[in-house]
Amino acid sequence: MSGRFVRVAEKGRRTFEIVIDGKRALAAEGDTLMVALLTSQEALRDSEFGDGRRAGFCVMGACQDCWVWTANGERVRACTTQAAEGMSIVTRLAEAQEGVWPRL
Amino acid sequence: MAATVIVIGAGPAGVRAAQALVEAGLRPVVIDEGRRDGGQIYRRQPEGFKRTYETLYGTEATRARALHDAFDALRPKIDYVPDTLVWNIEPNALHTVSSTRHRKLAFDALIICSGATDRLMPVPGWHHAGAYSLGGAQVALKSQGCAIGSRVVMMGTGPLLYLVAAQYVKAGATVSAVLDTSTFAQRLRALPQLLAIPSALRKGVALMRVLKDARVPVHRGITPVEIRGTPEHGVQGVRVRQADGAMLQVGCDAVALGYHLRPETQLADLAGCEFRFDQALQQWLPIADVDGRSNVKGIYLAGDGARVRGADAAERAGRLAALAALKDIGMTCSEDEANKLRLQLNRFTRFASGLRTAFPWPARFAAALPDETIVCRCEAITAGDLRRVVNDMGAKEANRAKAFSRVGMGRCQGRFCAHAGAEVIAAEARVPLEAVGRLRGQAPVKPLPMALAPHKDLETSE
Repeated sequence: MSGRFVRVAEKGRRTFEIVIDGKRALAAEGDTLMVALLTSQEALRDSEFGDGRRAGFCVMGACQDCWVWTANGERVRACTTQAAEGMSIVTRLAEAQEGVWPRL
Repeated sequence: MAATVIVIGAGPAGVRAAQALVEAGLRPVVIDEGRRDGGQIYRRQPEGFKRTYETLYGTEATRARALHDAFDALRPKIDYVPDTLVWNIEPNALHTVSSTRHRKLAFDALIICSGATDRLMPVPGWHHAGAYSLGGAQVALKSQGCAIGSRVVMMGTGPLLYLVAAQYVKAGATVSAVLDTSTFAQRLRALPQLLAIPSALRKGVALMRVLKDARVPVHRGITPVEIRGTPEHGVQGVRVRQADGAMLQVGCDAVALGYHLRPETQLADLAGCEFRFDQALQQWLPIADVDGRSNVKGIYLAGDGARVRGADAAERAGRLAALAALKDIGMTCSEDEANKLRLQLNRFTRFASGLRTAFPWPARFAAALPDETIVCRCEAITAGDLRRVVNDMGAKEANRAKAFSRVGMGRCQGRFCAHAGAEVIAAEARVPLEAVGRLRGQAPVKPLPMALAPHKDLETSE
């Protein structure tokens, strides 16, 4: 699985594991959740309106395009949330358990 | 008892406002959405990151360091509330939320330094994963050490277009092209006004040199046609019409878009400030006098959140608004200093108007958007949907068109679609942009967590 974001600086940081759609991935200390997800894969979520995958837009907490669901059914804004060890994120509507990601 | 003054925002305007209040002997509250101070322009990287000020901020390194040092020195003398959103304002009190804790804070004076976000014009395909705002592309690099893709196109217009492109080049990222909708002739026409701040003009020329040395293709006078991509994999390229009419395709996996900036005015709106349509800017702005006083007693507006004039102007406007607040609550402050700040701000106002001439907002693109273009990224609502409510339902006013089409009702609350949406309505209804009006601000200004608990410092909550 290749990522969308490319790390061009601050590369020597300690890494830790998070879980994306049930699979393990590596994040680095200081990563926002958005960066942790997008350095491992191309997108953050499915659009609820059928226009495809989304990967955020403003990266500064204004556009609200990067809200993702945790496996526990909490919603977090990926660009303003720090990635933390053991976080489990669901980025695909089809893979979410019933009750985690509301269907429209 | 000393007056309670609250400053919203810890960017250039907010920090300098707080500093002036502290110098006058007050202990202001500074509320900021960011985890660290600096705002967007001087955003601080996370603890433990090692890049130098020169690497992070380039020509602005000295200013960034000065602002951060000033804030560090203020810390023991202010009540700093980071990572916290102000989501509503009522007379003499505001409501905040941090994580899932809410709080109500009373104030005698409030200085709103809410900053700006990118002004966007839709283009077919801008909903694909991999399309970002120019500001967003910059934040990814500055704050997280990441490029938004392995081959990045920068498209739109404005100083940020060249600044972000140059920063990407310097960081070793690949910039496939810079596609500017404005022309060289427009830049020449703006020269007399841009000379109001010669140092800023020189910096602009230096950015162009960085791009030239790195052999980044720069095309001016282009018209965006399409961001090509697929729903599953996102952006694959960009198609534009060049100034001579020829089509140009550039392959890429990310696009950064933006047409200069727009102020974040929702909080001023909730505070009851009156707005006026600015003909030169073609934007609705909260009314404020030269010192930043709004029409509501005790509410002051400063920095790019009131009027986009850039970070250097914001530092001065923040300080000037604080001086105005001090004067209004009966404290003495130096009128000489206020006069000096007003004169300096005049030059920045002239420079900002030069930037508008050099990098104009391409209003005409809105009328030409194909019907199937998504205007509202939040809910995938198209230009055709919006035009239908104008034609079939007679909705020629922004709030009415929003009620029928939902454009502006999504999660971003119109931040990224309202400007272009209003242009689409104006063109379709054949009315001036001013007649379309503006979307009213609504609380909460951003989504709130579903479960809120009172802040631990409060025994009761409202």
